[in-house]
Amino acid sequence: MNLLFFKLAFIVYAIATVGFFVYLYTLKPEASKGAFYTLILGFFLHTLSIATRWWEAGHPPLTNLFEATSFLSWGLVLSYILIDRKFRQVRILGAFVMPVATVLMLYSSLCPKEILPLPPVLRSLWLPIHAAISLVSYGFFILAAASGVMYLIQERQIKRKRLGGWFKRLPSLEILDRINELSLKIGFPLLTVGIITGAVWAEKAWGSYWSWDPKETWSLIMWLIYAALLHERLAVGWRGRKAAWLSLVGFVAWVISFFIVNLYIPGAHTYVEWHG
Amino acid sequence: MSNGTVKDHIIIIGLNHRTAPVEVREKLSFAGKDIEPVTLFLEIAPVREALFLSTCNRVELLFVSREPKAATEMCKEIWGRANEISVSLFEEHLYYFRNEEAVRHLFRVAAGLDSMVLGEPQILGQLKDAYRRAAERRATGVILNRLLHKTFSVAKRIRTETGIGSHAVSVSYAAVELAKKIFGELSGKQAMLIGAGEMAELAAQHLLTQGVEKLIVANRTLSRALELAKQFRGEAISLEEIEEYLLQVDIVISSTGAPHYILSAEQIKRLMRPRKLRPIFFIDIAVPRDIDPAANEIENVFLYDIDDLKAVVEENLSFRKKEAIRAERIIEEEVLKFKNWLEQLQVYPTIVALRQKAEEIRKRELEKTLSHMKTKLSPEDREALEILTKSLVNKILHDPIIYLKNRYHKDGQQVVDFTRKLFNLDGDRPLEAKPPQVYLSEELKEAKKH
Repeated sequence: MNLLFFKLAFIVYAIATVGFFVYLYTLKPEASKGAFYTLILGFFLHTLSIATRWWEAGHPPLTNLFEATSFLSWGLVLSYILIDRKFRQVRILGAFVMPVATVLMLYSSLCPKEILPLPPVLRSLWLPIHAAISLVSYGFFILAAASGVMYLIQERQIKRKRLGGWFKRLPSLEILDRINELSLKIGFPLLTVGIITGAVWAEKAWGSYWSWDPKETWSLIMWLIYAALLHERLAVGWRGRKAAWLSLVGFVAWVISFFIVNLYIPGAHTYVEWHG
Repeated sequence: MSNGTVKDHIIIIGLNHRTAPVEVREKLSFAGKDIEPVTLFLEIAPVREALFLSTCNRVELLFVSREPKAATEMCKEIWGRANEISVSLFEEHLYYFRNEEAVRHLFRVAAGLDSMVLGEPQILGQLKDAYRRAAERRATGVILNRLLHKTFSVAKRIRTETGIGSHAVSVSYAAVELAKKIFGELSGKQAMLIGAGEMAELAAQHLLTQGVEKLIVANRTLSRALELAKQFRGEAISLEEIEEYLLQVDIVISSTGAPHYILSAEQIKRLMRPRKLRPIFFIDIAVPRDIDPAANEIENVFLYDIDDLKAVVEENLSFRKKEAIRAERIIEEEVLKFKNWLEQLQVYPTIVALRQKAEEIRKRELEKTLSHMKTKLSPEDREALEILTKSLVNKILHDPIIYLKNRYHKDGQQVVDFTRKLFNLDGDRPLEAKPPQVYLSEELKEAKKH
């Protein structure tokens, strides 16, 4: 049942993505509305998929790569919906966020999906807390990166004095910068809590808070990058181009941490091992 | 007229910025005259409805008449006389549009396609005012009311479906558009005007209307600064104080007559840290330029000079020209629709006459039948009869009326004439049946002879 909902959500997200591209190209308000409501429908199906899987597995569905990636995509869509409600006239952001959400769904759909009994080490309340919080923080970092890309495009248009299609389609620099800042301000505390809860859980499971496993190292690198960005923003007043670039650097660190480390470097987060 | 249908013609006589110099246009605008043009034209007998539009770029008279030639001549005559100018002096500048062309012209004018600045929106408001003035004096009737309402909806449709009105096509508006893409909302922002000049003041005015909170005016002569500050309700400062105020403002419009840069890139760069890197937008409309162009390279500093802005305007204008082609297509579509309506209007009296005749016959015959009846019918039965006869009449007339409406576009007056003859709508008494004439073919005649 959960896989059916998952597939439906995946298809609906793909349709919403196309809708956002149509909106980006034509700027028709109907396209914007259509894409957004399609997205809401997809989000509803996605939520159902996670809930039914939880019910069927008997534990929070955050234990393998399929579940984690699916949940990450869910968190990303959620954070986009929240930002859309908060800011007016930034719906075009969907054209940058939804392709990512769809690709995450695609990636997740390629992972093994069977529900396996949990190894004893994962049977803990800390697991869902640690994983969910970390994954939601990633969603906000992706949002920060998307708004950063949009900022860099728009800034380039204005500086180069090319006021063509992109200039007209993208929102103002001010709004893009504020989305970047807000995503960071939400994402960073979540990541911090995610790392702390992870450490607490590690202590309970393996008897040590921090063991420099590759995932931990990369999470720390990510944390340091975002901490630096937040510091510069709040203390020095950094904004705009530099902040956008640094949020992209953070995004690259996240990609390494999430896709490469999880899959190829052995450690506590190597989801594939649990199936062996 | 024997067949009861007369055609109403829609006529436009006018002149605009392309056909006439301003001296001629202003002479015909009734400016300074204590006359209401619409009332004046309505006094001309053949003019049935009228509307007078006068803007700085055009003067036009729109009217409806059944004798278009005579009415046109009389209108010109009266128009000239009321403005104390002889017809021969302005006749060569006039253009004329009739019916379909007039409708098309009006649609184009309302959409800004005929304006000096392509797609400008003011003309629609002016047309609405002109219509209101005419309607208040009861100068508009069935045709003009419908035409003007249609015109307003067409103009609105063009505005929403095409980009004819989008993208600034004046330097000052282009500057405001840019400011919005940098700062989002302009409310709460501060602007500084250095120097003076028409374009700079216009830009400042636009910024204030868009919500800029405060304007600071810097000028070489303090008295001029004070004067401008009073005009814009801002704060006057001297040129020496500029650097200090640059820490707080977001938008700078510079337009001094200085022969060299008044702000260097280094100066601006130094300001950015104390400004906490808040973005600043320089609009340099001075020639020679006031601000070092290298400043555009500094992060969060955006600098546009007059040539940049003119290039933006140029590009936007070519965009509007492309959109204008789409607008013309919409207009053709709407002209066709209006033409159909007009034609239906021509058939309308015939349809009314047809219905009236049928209704009279129905009533008469029903009356006759009821009075001949021996038993008195109950009200329910009478009502049933009433409904029966009515629906009979409607069912029988339905097809001829549809035929009339549909065929009129193709066959025109012929269909109307035929219908009027067929139903004898113009005769006052029923036709008498004549015995059919017998035509014998040549062969038969030959056969009889033998």
